[in-house]
Amino acid sequence: MSKSVQPIDVFARDLPRETRDAVLSSVMTRVAGRKAKLEEDYGDPDALRRLAGEVKQHTLEHLDEYLEQAEAALLKNGAKVHFASTAEDAREQVLAILNENGSKRVVKSKSMVTEEIHLNDYLEKNGVECVETDLGEFIIQIDEDTPSHIVQPIIHKNRRQVAESFEEHGLGEYNDDPQTITRRARKHLREKYLQSDAGMTGANFVSAESGRLVVVTNEGNARFGMAANGLHIALVGIEKVVPRDKDLGLFLNLLGRSATAQQLTVYTQFIKGPRSAEQPSGPEQMHVIFLDNGRSKVLASKERDILRCIRCGACLNVCPVYRQTSGHGYRAVYGGPVGAVLSPLLAGDDFPKYADLPKASSLCGACNEVCPVNIPIPELLLRLRSRANQEGIKSAGSPPMAPFAKLATSPKLWRTAMTASKAMNHLPITMMPVKPLQAWLKIRTLPKWSGGEFRRWMKERGRN
Amino acid sequence: MKNDEDTVKLAVKEALLGLGERAVLPEYDSALLLSARHKGSEQDGWTEFAENFSAVSGKPMQEVTDLVEFLKEGGFGKGYCDPELKQAVGEVLVEAGLQVSYEFDHQRVDDYVFGITKASGVIAESGTVILNDEDTVDRLAALAPWVHVAVLTDQKKVFANIPQAIENLGGSSNVIWVTGPSKTADIEGILIEGVHGPGVQICLRIGEGK
Repeated sequence: MSKSVQPIDVFARDLPRETRDAVLSSVMTRVAGRKAKLEEDYGDPDALRRLAGEVKQHTLEHLDEYLEQAEAALLKNGAKVHFASTAEDAREQVLAILNENGSKRVVKSKSMVTEEIHLNDYLEKNGVECVETDLGEFIIQIDEDTPSHIVQPIIHKNRRQVAESFEEHGLGEYNDDPQTITRRARKHLREKYLQSDAGMTGANFVSAESGRLVVVTNEGNARFGMAANGLHIALVGIEKVVPRDKDLGLFLNLLGRSATAQQLTVYTQFIKGPRSAEQPSGPEQMHVIFLDNGRSKVLASKERDILRCIRCGACLNVCPVYRQTSGHGYRAVYGGPVGAVLSPLLAGDDFPKYADLPKASSLCGACNEVCPVNIPIPELLLRLRSRANQEGIKSAGSPPMAPFAKLATSPKLWRTAMTASKAMNHLPITMMPVKPLQAWLKIRTLPKWSGGEFRRWMKERGRN
Repeated sequence: MKNDEDTVKLAVKEALLGLGERAVLPEYDSALLLSARHKGSEQDGWTEFAENFSAVSGKPMQEVTDLVEFLKEGGFGKGYCDPELKQAVGEVLVEAGLQVSYEFDHQRVDDYVFGITKASGVIAESGTVILNDEDTVDRLAALAPWVHVAVLTDQKKVFANIPQAIENLGGSSNVIWVTGPSKTADIEGILIEGVHGPGVQICLRIGEGK
């Protein structure tokens, strides 16, 4: 692999046409839908985005206080609260709660944070069946695949591939009609709900004021998981806390529109604690596990703004790099622009392994423009590039800059180079003096070299 | 069981130690959140709710006879009704030849094609039905049947907008906002209704003062 080609470039190059088409058509629909919905409802949503960003930034910078407040409110509501430092701790805590209750069958609603700690495999190994109930996540699970989009996990698959999976897993003869596939999943998963003895969710937000956990789904799967059994476990990243119930309105209005062009997601649940004594269905026990897993380190860093993210996926949809690669190109649970910042940071000591990801961006700024909490993603990507450079982490895609630095700091050398480089206009690619440039020019053309023009113009100007 | 409470809290505290001045919590008027389409006091709340609920594939109704007609036409012959709605809704359905049970048996949830339960309110701005644990006689009865009918009996529970509904979340341990039928667009972005929850979501408004 040439030094100027990043791993994500290779992934994109080798991506089957079918996959690229599936990703591209889905994201284009989402980008258009989001824009139309926000413009229709707010004209210019910028004021709202900025406000939401400020509320989240404030929360992060007072997270010590808000976490205490959220914990106290949840305890008062009758929930049990746990804290986990690492993925391993969280997995063990989930298993311990299940074991204490003799629970062997878990239904899980879509949650990126459970993906992050690789919960399903761990539970399976420990004798607990854990079934994904979001349609997309269910397909990912039977395919032993991983999600490639925060909101639409199977964005990289088309209906024929899904139909083949269903056939292979005994869910009916081949039929690629999305409605038939959905009905078959409904039937299959309904059995799983009714046999389950625990339900797992993440949380979109937690109000510190009231302890309300907000969980949104379009399919109704989280609700079913909290109606069909008696134990609810919510695994929640510590950054999900917001100050007040009032702020839930702000974030819900932005989340639905940014993620799926809906004013509100179909099912928005506000869960304060276990079910009341009169309610015949739903959890008698509610456990909330607040997960750190590297977040406090991100909070300590200058890139802490990334923790504002509310996982709407809008930055993925609009990113020219994501569109060519799908989420799998990022080799981590979180892909796209947010993932290019978050994944290297959450990796902790493994930062060098993901140090190339911040370079998987043209810095066009579209991600920042659509972000409902106004995260300055391009700025954070630049910081991480700089960090990798300062820590001497080498990764593909970084042309050697030392010769340039030498040229740019010596006026005499610079002047000579500017004029001499005019020779490049007549050189064939193979004779270009810089190797990475040769590779680069194989797929691109440079404009005609006109080095020295600016200096000449300045000189003339001085004379007049 | 290991609980990392102290470790996590300390890590968060230490992470914030180096910060200079911390960002303040912006105060804002919740009117900022209102959609430009929101009619507010210009229109009766139910009318606005009905428009927005229809826009998300919900079916607003104001007469029990409309519900009877819909259920019969759709072949939805058998279902469950909250005993508190027996007189106002259940008996009308039975009279029209539909089979109504006033008990919801968890062992045979698929036998109920429709489920009729009480709504705790509606939100005009978003076309949302509110269900809370106190009014919903059984969470499964409002979720498992193909047709869910949320019955609004208290006209005071028509909330104009989302901020107002948030202010009135109340003390229930579980409140759910339902904005249309259960849906997915996971496969190729194609919209399919009725994934795990109802494929048909109805809101029926009855009682005095409507």
